[in-house]
Amino acid sequence: MKIYFDHAATTPCDKRVVDAMIPYFTGEFGNADSQHAYGRETAKAVADAREKIANLIGCKPNELYFTGSGTEADNWALKGAALHNRDKGNRVIISSIEHHAILNAAEWLEKNGFKVTRLPVDKTGLISPSDLEKVIDDKTTVVSVMYVNNEVGTVEPIRELAEIAHRHGALFHSDCVQAIPYMKIDVKELGVDLMSMSGHKFYGPKGIGALYIRNGVKLDKLICGGGQERSQRGGTTNTPLVVGMAKALEIASKEMTANNAFIERLRDRFVDRVLKEIPYVRFNGNKEHRIPSVANFSFEFVEGEGILMLMDFNGIAVSSGSACSSGSLDPSHVLLAMGVPIEVSHGSIRFSFGKDNTMEEVDYTVDKLKETISKLREMSPLFNVKTGGTYNV
Amino acid sequence: MYNQKVLDAFANPQNVGVIENADGEGTVGNATCGDIMKITLKIENDVIVDAKFQTFGCAAAIATSSTATQMVIGMTVEEALKLTNARVVEELEGLPPQKIHCSVLAEEAIKKAIEDYRAKQNNSSVDKSTIEYV
Repeated sequence: MKIYFDHAATTPCDKRVVDAMIPYFTGEFGNADSQHAYGRETAKAVADAREKIANLIGCKPNELYFTGSGTEADNWALKGAALHNRDKGNRVIISSIEHHAILNAAEWLEKNGFKVTRLPVDKTGLISPSDLEKVIDDKTTVVSVMYVNNEVGTVEPIRELAEIAHRHGALFHSDCVQAIPYMKIDVKELGVDLMSMSGHKFYGPKGIGALYIRNGVKLDKLICGGGQERSQRGGTTNTPLVVGMAKALEIASKEMTANNAFIERLRDRFVDRVLKEIPYVRFNGNKEHRIPSVANFSFEFVEGEGILMLMDFNGIAVSSGSACSSGSLDPSHVLLAMGVPIEVSHGSIRFSFGKDNTMEEVDYTVDKLKETISKLREMSPLFNVKTGGTYNV
Repeated sequence: MYNQKVLDAFANPQNVGVIENADGEGTVGNATCGDIMKITLKIENDVIVDAKFQTFGCAAAIATSSTATQMVIGMTVEEALKLTNARVVEELEGLPPQKIHCSVLAEEAIKKAIEDYRAKQNNSSVDKSTIEYV
């Protein structure tokens, strides 16, 4: 059996999306900026796709810029806004649980003379607007907070945060990469000035993202080149991927309510069984403000990579935010920010469900997970089978 | 990223557990770093006749624990003291570069268990002879 429970990492491309893209690889391959018929054909496809996405997220087509990834959109938003406004101020505020695309872009800004403030979160991963209110000042030019956290699925109060940023004259960016396809995005209603998205998180293709830039907002460019994307982002327009992302967003919007209800049932069954049947486990996340697809647990006395690999031997794909699997030596910055003790954070696994999973897969996975955790605990010097565990080693 | 030999050692680890009344015991690492290894040894006439481990750590840490215990059984304590992590990694036909540090733990745990064995011998040589010869 092969089971995929890692939809927060990436999703399979929907067959309908692939079908929509195919013509633009071969027959209609023209460069959208060419003057001839080939170019006009693809330019029309790109314009239609741009309009479709703009309608779905509540912006004008000329406020949407295609990028090569969500990471590029995040980098452009944060660095572009900070650099463009450096005469006004040198302060940038992000949250402590951002994706590395924002964390590392902020670190780059720090190396280049900017001051970066990182907002704390509570034990469920939630940011408090009053914490932003406390630190924001008139030197702050941009605030960036993700809509949905990628490790624990907590939904952040970005409307309130955007309002505070605006009251202090700062721009507000939100990385919405993990929000779609689970949340309806309306940029006007959310009140964001900048918003990043990524095609492959909602059953679209990899290698394509987009940045919404509200009309009137100016950013420094990152990719200098030709006149593409209104001369703000060079590089030949990737027509098939643009078309694919538009199709994927269209499907996601239409099917969101039904898919969410189904995925929530899978998640709830999984969480209930894990909490009931496996001792010494912590649920990481917020039970109210969250997307339906993510369940993050810390299994005490064991290490995440071992869990991931034994699950993989059983054909089950999950993700570990722990030190060893990612190659870095630091455990998850998200869990540490949430106050999960460092020794517990090492045994954390993210399960993320998708529309094509089944209840049978959920049950099979809980059964295998129970075996896996027992096997690793039998090997662990921290765990005494008779008396439970201890960290006093 | 792991080779098949490492995957096999991790999936089917040998010598898991704790030897009761062990002649030497060594625990190294800490939970904060995400790696703890406990090795217990049974030693007769300075020869390691049994070794067991418990490890909290990644797949590389578990695989090297298993392999290291297999390697030291049958060695004299002198030989076991010379066992390096490089030898354990060689036995596993290599580890990814960022995992080499995990193999150091096994070498250290064995050394610590042997130190413990020697310390016990020195402290209790009188008592031991009494027990053995009375």
